[in-house]
Amino acid sequence: MHRKTISTVRLTLSLAVVASLLLFVPLLSWGEEAAAPTPATAEQITELLQSPKVIADTMWTLITAMLVFFMNLGFAMVESGLCRAKNCVNILAKNFIVFGVSSLAFLILGWGLMFGDGTGFLGLQGLFFLHGADNSPASGDAYSGVYSAIKWTTVPLWTKFFFQLVFAGTAATIVSGAVAERIKFLSFVIFSFVIVGIMYPITGHWIWGGGWLSTYGFWDFAGSTVVHSVGGWAALAGILLLGPRLGKYKDGRVNPIPGHSMTSATIGVFVLWLGWFGFNPGSTMAADAKAIGHIAVTTNTAAAAASLSALLTATVLLGKPDLSMILNGCLAGLVAITAPCAWVSVESSLIIGLIAGVLVVFAVLFFDRVKLDDPVGALSVHLVNGVWGTLAIGLFADSAAAPVTGPANGLFFGGGFEQLWKQLVGVVSVGAYTLGIGLIAWAIIKAVMGLRVSAEEEFEGLDIGEHGNAAYPDFQPVTVSGLYGSSAHGGGQSAMSTVHAMSMRPEKA
Amino acid sequence: MKKIEAIIKPFKLEEVKEALAKENIRGMTVSEIKGFGRQKGHTELYRGAEYVVDFLPKVKIEILVEDEKAAAVADAIITAARTGRIGDGKIFILPVEDAVRIRTGERGPNAI
Repeated sequence: MHRKTISTVRLTLSLAVVASLLLFVPLLSWGEEAAAPTPATAEQITELLQSPKVIADTMWTLITAMLVFFMNLGFAMVESGLCRAKNCVNILAKNFIVFGVSSLAFLILGWGLMFGDGTGFLGLQGLFFLHGADNSPASGDAYSGVYSAIKWTTVPLWTKFFFQLVFAGTAATIVSGAVAERIKFLSFVIFSFVIVGIMYPITGHWIWGGGWLSTYGFWDFAGSTVVHSVGGWAALAGILLLGPRLGKYKDGRVNPIPGHSMTSATIGVFVLWLGWFGFNPGSTMAADAKAIGHIAVTTNTAAAAASLSALLTATVLLGKPDLSMILNGCLAGLVAITAPCAWVSVESSLIIGLIAGVLVVFAVLFFDRVKLDDPVGALSVHLVNGVWGTLAIGLFADSAAAPVTGPANGLFFGGGFEQLWKQLVGVVSVGAYTLGIGLIAWAIIKAVMGLRVSAEEEFEGLDIGEHGNAAYPDFQPVTVSGLYGSSAHGGGQSAMSTVHAMSMRPEKA
Repeated sequence: MKKIEAIIKPFKLEEVKEALAKENIRGMTVSEIKGFGRQKGHTELYRGAEYVVDFLPKVKIEILVEDEKAAAVADAIITAARTGRIGDGKIFILPVEDAVRIRTGERGPNAI
């Protein structure tokens, strides 16, 4: 509608102005620390590579990275399960190809922007294909190279890359769920290059790449902000410019569009839960016997608590324990514990999870109320709980309980408001930047090639329209009418239509 | 020949099939359908959004019988399929012009 287009343009422009102001931040930042005083010799490096510690650290980092890689399957299953069968191939395709895109984008440019020595805003050295000098696994003072921000971990360079790559891939795949069922496949692929090649690495540089947020005292252990909220903000930008699915909001009603396979969705969440045991404990990037078990338990406890609190909240608010809400609850807990997992007690992780599960249910209802159509709850899980998990550090960080060094204690552990404030600064700055750049990127793609499929294609299903495939060509399903509310559309939809007409006929205005 | 179309509750299919076997009905076509009559649908909630499920799952059985047997077969179906609760279904009896067995080419009652 005309009015909506104007305000979207205004919103985009104003956020573009804000985002471009942030580009001046690097002028205020100093460069990275000077080169190592005692770089390791070739013999020392050979010795390191054969040392039990480096071997164990490398194996741990690589294996946990493989678990995180596996999460791509989880996302594919959750998203396709919570969406309609006619779009299944399209959703699987997006989730599949996005890891390919991430692998290349992060290799070509992303890693360099994120971990290269540079300013407080972005990396400038060793930008392309990890060609910068580097003598990993030498670490600390023995390190010599241009990726100093990550010299604390004693693993070789490609191991560091592979581990960080799968995290970047996670951020990109978060977006695909939110824009599902109406986005053009190619538009999504192009945006994925942008988020993994440019957006994610820059904010990542601020936090994990030795940039200004880390110097400021903002902390994020495994990425509630770096990965999950970034994916969430980018997804929000996409949803804002894309609009809701046809038939989702009609005459003031919110019409449910149930997913086609709760089996698939459940498989997906279990796979993600498993993968998170790589995501969080792996972020030690060291076979740290004290830390990894602690982190695995805080991770699991938050997931369990959130599943239950989401179950309870859904039952109280909606009458029955909606499985999709329980599943979202589990993921919310996992996202929320991702930032604090190494720096909080197990008891704290339980509370963080309980709150996450409640938040996600309310968030799902809220986003529908403001007509932001998110088919799989990506915003509610990753954005809302990415923020919550980041702030939770400012409340629950506890150096007495933490198995690794970290932030100052949070509010509930005698640290006052200081850490909480720093976490808030990080949340807001990453949010403004990612939302702003995200809106610009999506807007450019929209102007050049369009974002959204045609109405006819949306009705027929993106499987046919975007791919010329059907996910279930052998099935002889009978459509479930009445999904859009018996009063919500102009009647006349036959019960005997095929799966591809599980769509609605276009409304006569 | 007559065609009997019986729309029944899905869980009654086995019982009806056995009742038809007792009536010497040697073949049938079954399809999964949705429909409603006076049995209304119900309201469901998905992620907080309400929707009405008007159409309920049913099973349709189609069989061909000789004219004389139609009434008896219909009665057999009724007895097997009835629960006494709303939504038991309906039986339609239609005249059939012809029937053909594809393998042999037989027509008429021999094709049943």
